[in-house]
Amino acid sequence: MKDAMNTARAVPAAVNWNRLQDDKDLEIWNRLTANFWLPEKVPLSNDIQSWSQLTEAEQKLTIRVFTGLTLLDTIQNTVGAPALMPDALTPHEEAVLSNISFMEAVHARSYSSVFSTLCQTSEVDEAFRWSSENEQLQAKSRLILDEYDSTGHPLKKKIASVFLESFLFYSGFYLPMHWSSRARLTNTADLIRLIIRDEAIHGYYIGYKFQRGLEKLTESERAELKDFAFSLLFDLYEIEGKYTETLYDPVGLTEDVKTFLHYNANKALQNLGYEALFPAEACKVSPAILAALSPNSDENHDFFSGSGSSYVIGKAVATEDEDWDF
Amino acid sequence: MAQLVFFSSRSGNTANFVSRLGVDALRIPISPDEPMPAPDQPYVLITPTFADGEGRGAVPRQVIRFLNDPGRRALIRGVISAGNRNFGKFFAASGDVIARKCGVPLLCRFELAGTDHDIARIRDGLHRFWRETCLTTA
Ligand SMILES: Cc1cc2nc3c(=O)[nH]c(=O)nc-3n(C[C@H](O)[C@H](O)[C@H](O)COP(=O)(O)O)c2cc1C
Ligand SMILES: [Fe+2]
Ligand SMILES: [Fe+2]
Repeated sequence: MKDAMNTARAVPAAVNWNRLQDDKDLEIWNRLTANFWLPEKVPLSNDIQSWSQLTEAEQKLTIRVFTGLTLLDTIQNTVGAPALMPDALTPHEEAVLSNISFMEAVHARSYSSVFSTLCQTSEVDEAFRWSSENEQLQAKSRLILDEYDSTGHPLKKKIASVFLESFLFYSGFYLPMHWSSRARLTNTADLIRLIIRDEAIHGYYIGYKFQRGLEKLTESERAELKDFAFSLLFDLYEIEGKYTETLYDPVGLTEDVKTFLHYNANKALQNLGYEALFPAEACKVSPAILAALSPNSDENHDFFSGSGSSYVIGKAVATEDEDWDF
Repeated sequence: MAQLVFFSSRSGNTANFVSRLGVDALRIPISPDEPMPAPDQPYVLITPTFADGEGRGAVPRQVIRFLNDPGRRALIRGVISAGNRNFGKFFAASGDVIARKCGVPLLCRFELAGTDHDIARIRDGLHRFWRETCLTTA
């Protein structure tokens, strides 16, 4: 079937950013590029003392968790984001995906900055070996990569991608947020927050494109994809549960991490436009972790849940004043 | 009966939240070419947040356009903002900006399309808020 004529790559249309099919493409492009950062921006060396106060087991856990995160970013950089490009609905979407792909490389590179600042080379080498042999890390990567296969269904690739971006990272992100809530490794936590923010936009955008794709399908095709999504999430959750136990049992944090996983699994589903899977009781993330994620956003700020007598009328936040007439 | 006004971009999370809330609401259109709603009684505004890394641009352009009109602005009584905690200190920051600019309380914040718990607490909170607001302005 395949002769030279048919396999020759078509010349793509030059991308014209002044003719948009979907305004979201430009909106996301603008935000992603405005948010660009490099790990050198964060003064990681201020964490050297804090690092030395962790026990050996805590240090080892942290390095392992970060190699696990490095693997996910590597996958998304080299396979995930590029795999979505051929399915792009607009030429601008491909450009956004290339930005996402590159930022994944920055994320993966950042963990090595943390390592070179805080850790011994031999410990880090050991952890990378561990990650290449860890059964659960390999198993979840396998499940995702199988969907990224070029012959895969375009929307199943997006489902897998949103689960990686919005769910799989969180067994790892938990730990620096936990340290930060105890005033440990706070600069490293600042770096992780930059990554978390990027991943939020990635998960949002890929989930958004997934929903645009769904609109073109029949009711029964949509139902099939929804079944697929929930069953993939179940499979990933099972692996994540074991991964969490292996890593966090020794420090007694497993239950807390699992709560965080439930909470994030529900958010990943929302990015795909689906309802929650885990019930509210299973998602009560500790206030300390929520505060580490979003500092300055404590609940007594909140008129409805506060006493009702003292409501806050906004604190100073940068605004684009030129847009406002008053 | 008191009103809600909301904005939701094409990702539709806020629209999804408002429809589950099951309260009549006016929608600020996504396109600047469509007419703005004209509330004729006091309302609470619900809006998502789209800030960059420095907090700029938190309030959607269309919401700013809506509030720039003094007649519409005069009727706002409170704001509820949506967002995602993963945006760190700018979580739901649009609510802070609007509360400060318009001198109204930030009533509460929720993530994405909200959980069922958010729906219940906000339905409840709005009920109490309007009762108290009516009492104090009567
Ligand atoms: C580019 C971009 C920037 C965002 N910035 C913020 C932010 O600064 N703070 C926040 O809490 N949420 C932020 N969000 C999350 C949105 O507010 C959230 O997804 C919301 O549910 C969108 O509402 P909508 O679908 O009704 O438009 C951002 C989302 C995107 C895509
Ligand atoms: Fe990443
Ligand atoms: Fe990502």
